[in-house]
Amino acid sequence: MTGKKRKLILAAACAVAMLPISVAQAQQATEVQLTYTGGQFQPNEVRAPADKPVVFRIKNLDGKAMEFESKSLRVEKVVAAKSEGVVNVRALKPGRYEFFDDFNDKARGALVVQ
Amino acid sequence: MSFSTTSTTRRGARWSCNSHWFHLVLAALIIVFREVFEAGLIIGIVLAVTRSVRRRNRWIAGGVLTGVAGACLVAAFAGALSQLFGGMGQELFNAAILSVAVVMLTWHNVWMARHGKEMAGELRAVGQAVAEGSKPLLALAVVVGVAVLREGSEVALFLYGVAASDGGSALSLLIGGIIGLTLGVVVCLLTYFSLMRIPPRALFATTTALITLLAAGMAAQAVAFLERADWLSWMDNVVWDSGWLLSEKSIAGRTLHTLIGYTDQPTEMQLVIYAAVLLGTFVLMRLTGSQHGNRAVAAG
Repeated sequence: MTGKKRKLILAAACAVAMLPISVAQAQQATEVQLTYTGGQFQPNEVRAPADKPVVFRIKNLDGKAMEFESKSLRVEKVVAAKSEGVVNVRALKPGRYEFFDDFNDKARGALVVQ
Repeated sequence: MSFSTTSTTRRGARWSCNSHWFHLVLAALIIVFREVFEAGLIIGIVLAVTRSVRRRNRWIAGGVLTGVAGACLVAAFAGALSQLFGGMGQELFNAAILSVAVVMLTWHNVWMARHGKEMAGELRAVGQAVAEGSKPLLALAVVVGVAVLREGSEVALFLYGVAASDGGSALSLLIGGIIGLTLGVVVCLLTYFSLMRIPPRALFATTTALITLLAAGMAAQAVAFLERADWLSWMDNVVWDSGWLLSEKSIAGRTLHTLIGYTDQPTEMQLVIYAAVLLGTFVLMRLTGSQHGNRAVAAG
């Protein structure tokens, strides 16, 4: 019985040890503000400098939840109705990164990194 | 998370009012289906794993119901949840519940390595086996609950939105949602019955492998959430991009994502954790399995 318990603790300890968390230093990130209203992003094109992390702040003013998603940025985040969502993106190479609302495919926009 | 709906939208815009209705049904169907799809696969596997355990339906149903209740709660407080931890509440919550599921799946595997043979061989009194069988059932019920909670909260949020929209479109969205949910149940049953076709002897090895890969994939997903929250930035370089070959968002990609944790742009840390869970499970199963073997020999 004690052996069994010891193994359980061992198993749990291993699983926990597999998640070494290091809290990252807050780098100088570019903040990008987006508003979501009437099923559209405002503005629908935003700019950010290259090689710096980007933080999106998405204000959803609509009465419905939306999901901010981008394949090229590797992000997806549900933003509840009348609330704000924060999305971290690592430093990016120059280019055009499209995003959209996964709950409403008419809402599209892009981040242009220069 | 999208099975592409773009082409249908563009076509839909040119269609008449009737097809607008159809488009709404389809959009809701796709959104709901791809969320319940993953939970359906996981529940199907858990049903197959527990096929011979008594009262397993009660446990699994309990897991599903708790998950649904949790999903509604999470959806209701989604705004508040995401404000926690500097806007990273959602990500950390997901990482936390995925880690719980990983521990439960690993525990189940280790437990089965120790007791599976006894139970299959009916070496023990049935009563005792059933009593002990409820331990891994609890672990798997938690896994089911976590899967439903994660996938269900998005569905619940989407449906709250439906409630907020006007009458006509709300009805079509609701119909689409119900069809999507039904298809999710079909996925669950298909998974279960395909696994049941495997001969009983091979089934134990198959489900053990499936559960291990499921755990490794969930651990890698938990890493992805910690990376998004900026809590984990060590070894966060993307190792490869196989999106051109198999997109994570396609149906095949999503199936593999759930089953073996396929990611089209994994980071170094995700791969390390994935390998660590596989190796850790293997070693733990070996240790407990062989120890039991020795004891049986000594007792005999």
